[in-house]
Amino acid sequence: MTMRVDLPEETLEGVLAKALGNRSFLIGLVVTLLIVAVALVSFVWTPYDVTKLVIADKTQAPSWTHLFGTDHFGRDILSMIMVGARNSIAVALVAVGIGMGIGVPLGAFAAARGGLADEALMRVNDLIFAFPALLSAIMITAIFGPGAVNAIIAIGIFNIPVFARVTRAGALAIWPREFILAARAAGKGMTRITVEHILPNIATLLLVQGTIQFALGILAEAGLSYVGLGAQPPMPSWGRMLFDAQTRMVTAPWMAIFPGMAIVITVLGLNLLGDGLADILDPKSRRRR
Amino acid sequence: MTAYLLKRLIIAVLTLVLASMVVFAVMEILPGDPARLMLGLNASADQVEMLRDQMGLNAPLVLRYLHWAGGLLSLDFGRSYTYSVPVIDLVRERIAVSLPLALIALALSTVIAIPVGVFSASRQGRAGDTLVMGAAQLGVAVPNFWFALMLIYLFAVWLRLVPAGGFPGWGAGIWPALKSLILPAVALALPQAAILARVARSALIEVLNEDYIRTARAKGLPHRAVLWRHALRNAMIPVLTILGLQFAFLLAGTIIIENVFYLPGLGRLIFQAITQRDLIVVESIVMLLVAAVILINLLVDFSYAIVDPRLRGRQ
Repeated sequence: MTMRVDLPEETLEGVLAKALGNRSFLIGLVVTLLIVAVALVSFVWTPYDVTKLVIADKTQAPSWTHLFGTDHFGRDILSMIMVGARNSIAVALVAVGIGMGIGVPLGAFAAARGGLADEALMRVNDLIFAFPALLSAIMITAIFGPGAVNAIIAIGIFNIPVFARVTRAGALAIWPREFILAARAAGKGMTRITVEHILPNIATLLLVQGTIQFALGILAEAGLSYVGLGAQPPMPSWGRMLFDAQTRMVTAPWMAIFPGMAIVITVLGLNLLGDGLADILDPKSRRRR
Repeated sequence: MTAYLLKRLIIAVLTLVLASMVVFAVMEILPGDPARLMLGLNASADQVEMLRDQMGLNAPLVLRYLHWAGGLLSLDFGRSYTYSVPVIDLVRERIAVSLPLALIALALSTVIAIPVGVFSASRQGRAGDTLVMGAAQLGVAVPNFWFALMLIYLFAVWLRLVPAGGFPGWGAGIWPALKSLILPAVALALPQAAILARVARSALIEVLNEDYIRTARAKGLPHRAVLWRHALRNAMIPVLTILGLQFAFLLAGTIIIENVFYLPGLGRLIFQAITQRDLIVVESIVMLLVAAVILINLLVDFSYAIVDPRLRGRQ
């Protein structure tokens, strides 16, 4: 049986009531769901076909036929933003998955074993932190060439120490508690205690961190594809669209304005969601970012 | 305190050595033979073999690592395959753009963020706080290179106050050179300042709830003195931590921003080197930036000891 002793007085209704009263959470949730919906809709419908180049319609200003205007190949910017959302979400989500999948077990193991294992893990963390995601991406690209998959790997690697740290810190706070002692007395092993008692108690921490890393992943992906290390054309991506817009700032500023706003709105929504979650799930938690 | 500083120093050196092994290993597994690359496709197998011997590429792995790492220590990074000049010369020329840019951005971000954080914390929950923190929330979400494009549009294209890009070189005089670094620095600094301001605010709010702040108020210290002298100093540890982390982001950001403004810095160099597969240049710059990140984090660790007297006594 899983024990939830972290917030004994919290009921599901209580948390829900708090969630509905938290403005930051609500706005963040709505914006995030909206972006996800836009990405999903793009699979079945976009206003225009983004793979078709219509040179006759190139760099048209926003109008009723093209709400956000067209790019230098006559592609509809709104349609490209919709398809680009898929790429951003997929890259950031998988990168969070990599970070959690490797970082959480590492952090939990370090906290459970302590001593040399713990010290070794912290040093590896220091090592990975010394490589900003962009540098890892540059090295990975130097080996395998540019592409969305390599962007995912680079951002994912950077997420590993983040989750390892959060997990370790959270787990270290749980281990000395009485109910862990009880579980030990009952003869449960280290792995079982970690899975049954430690992880459920730090799940909220991980959820909040996951949201933050998701937002950072979207920003990082945009940066990487902007410098040509991410998704490759013709696959539309927000960063790539900004790169194309750069040399046309004077004649077609809308090419830069709308994809950038898509990034800002998505990241803002995720950050608000993360802040709100942190407030709802742990009133004592300090906001870090 | 010496024990603390020594431990941090040893960890930093260890991290640096491990990082150099990672970079070396990555370059080892790369396809392509530097000797063949330098000689071109028409070179005979014998010529390539001779150059490989000359370049020490046939030596055992460990020896090659030691030779390379030893070279780094004496600032001998090797020769660029494409430019045929020592890599250090290229780096020296480019760092004169990148380092000032990163430092100006770091200074700008701190100078903006700390007063904003103090302002917000001292008016917690009031309109001013809500407004400023809302702006900060927005600032955190803005990608610096997009912000850069918008700044170019506003200040260079519309108002024509500053150049839209390029760098005249420091030889053209301090002011023209600085002028072309203003927009890039602002673009780098503002999103970072937003993060830093939020950290400063929450750290300050935490400190302002402490008993000794009440004591300081009770003994009649003016609000300003309590805030700036007592509270801010104690809120510095989280602020310094973030500042250290931000330097890594700033360096990475510099690489991207230089490409927006066509600044001839390390960032432009590394991308040129990637497209030309000039791997020794890529390797050297990555190593240099990693070393910079490790050094800054070491400095942050040291500064903890200055800010927090408790660490000085700790063994």
